Amino acid sequence: MTGVAIVGAAECDLGSTGKSTLTLQTQAVTRALADAGLTLADVDGLATTGVSRFSTTQLAEYLGLEPRWVDSTFVGGSAAEMMVARATQAIEAGQVSTVVISFASNQRSARSRSLGGVVEEHTPEAQFETPYGPLYPLSYYAMAAQQYFHRYGGTREKLAEIAVAAREWALLNPAAFRYGAGPLTVDDVLAAPMVSSPLTVADCCLVTDGGGAVVLTALDRARDLRHPPVRVLGYGERSTNTSMTAVEDLTVTGARESGREAFARAGITPADVDVLEVYDSFTITAALSIEALGFCGPGEVLDLVQDGRIRPGGGLALNTSGGGLSYCHPGQFGVLLLVEAVRQLRGEAGARQVPDARVAVAHGTGGILSTHATVVLGVRR
Amino acid sequence: MNVPPPDDVTAGWWDATREHRYTLQTCGSCGHVQHPPRALCTACSSTVDLGFVGASGGGVVDAFTVVHRAPAPGVAVPYTIARIRLAEGPIVLSTLDGEDWRIGAPVRVGWLDLDDGRALPVFHR
Ligand SMILES: [Zn+2]
Repeated sequence: MTGVAIVGAAECDLGSTGKSTLTLQTQAVTRALADAGLTLADVDGLATTGVSRFSTTQLAEYLGLEPRWVDSTFVGGSAAEMMVARATQAIEAGQVSTVVISFASNQRSARSRSLGGVVEEHTPEAQFETPYGPLYPLSYYAMAAQQYFHRYGGTREKLAEIAVAAREWALLNPAAFRYGAGPLTVDDVLAAPMVSSPLTVADCCLVTDGGGAVVLTALDRARDLRHPPVRVLGYGERSTNTSMTAVEDLTVTGARESGREAFARAGITPADVDVLEVYDSFTITAALSIEALGFCGPGEVLDLVQDGRIRPGGGLALNTSGGGLSYCHPGQFGVLLLVEAVRQLRGEAGARQVPDARVAVAHGTGGILSTHATVVLGVRR
Repeated sequence: MNVPPPDDVTAGWWDATREHRYTLQTCGSCGHVQHPPRALCTACSSTVDLGFVGASGGGVVDAFTVVHRAPAPGVAVPYTIARIRLAEGPIVLSTLDGEDWRIGAPVRVGWLDLDDGRALPVFHR
């Protein structure tokens, strides 16, 4: 339990926008502030990544700010969740009053994504792994899926349900890239072109423009703002690897300890969670995270997700926006997990609203199962 | 094939590949074996006594994937990428011939000679 709350949340334009990253960042920040009933004049803390080498400083200058506190923690898709933890601590310590956490990219418009990833020649991976030609990050997740299937007898059919359910949620979300695309079937996923076995194109997240922002402030201040405060109840994180060979067991991720610490801080268990937003860069990413977070035992997640349990109206409300698989994936999707969690907790999610949602978890994953960060959010109803 | 040049820590490992010798960095203080080579032992933090010791060159497939889309223009697909668990403990990445693999399959090191005299270890059946 902390004394900090999220008081504003918004997306920038999503999909194929033709806009620059800084334009999309500006949309995300100003819309989230408007949602909170605040303006840039109220902001004294800023956190972002993906803008430039000096990401947060760059964005601050662009917005006309000289922040009292910044954070540019660069850990890929879990960055926004880690930033919530850092911002919460800084607000509680009195260093800063109102923090905006944002991310945006135009990767679809700019065609800036490559299957081989970014290689940095001075790293050990450049000498010892890149020469073999793995897809980065995809081949690592593919090997994790292969190992999981081997260990527990899982199948591509069962894993495909994660993509199928994500589509069902996206069909309820007018902002989703696949809204209106019609349902996806298990057969569609299996028949899609193979990219890195056992994962097909349909096991992989979208490549879109997009992003979002959230605004945090102290709870006593939050009570005077436009929306009921969404409290930061807990947080935790783990960083485990950059190479494809450091982690002994590909089926257990840093989400286990990240989640354990976040849940303990919040004083909850997985059974208390009404809405679960986990990074689904690939179907297997979501599967491994759900299991590591303790929503089932080892080897059980592919059974847990069957029988419509993670589809709209099922027992486990998972990735209610449609996720990275069917809603939006601008890279570093973590901030949009938070935005959707806030909307669900405020009861603003329209056709995809989870009834009486009071506790939500946002769990980000970065790199090749490299970084993991969990945020527990809650409202009083 | 573009393999970046060695650095101060990895030079000894790459030098051995010129003679097709598969080595692993081994700590003289505690006996820990690690890969890739580092400026310290991750088991005991020693920064001295780290040397390259001849390894068996044997291992088993820990996990694998068949790549069907090229990571860069001009790369022929499909090909198989695997994590190899070496007999000495460390896990390394390699390509494997063919697509008919299973986890746990035994493999041995072979060599792909590079233009600069070094050789890239590539594991096979
Ligand atoms: Zn040692």
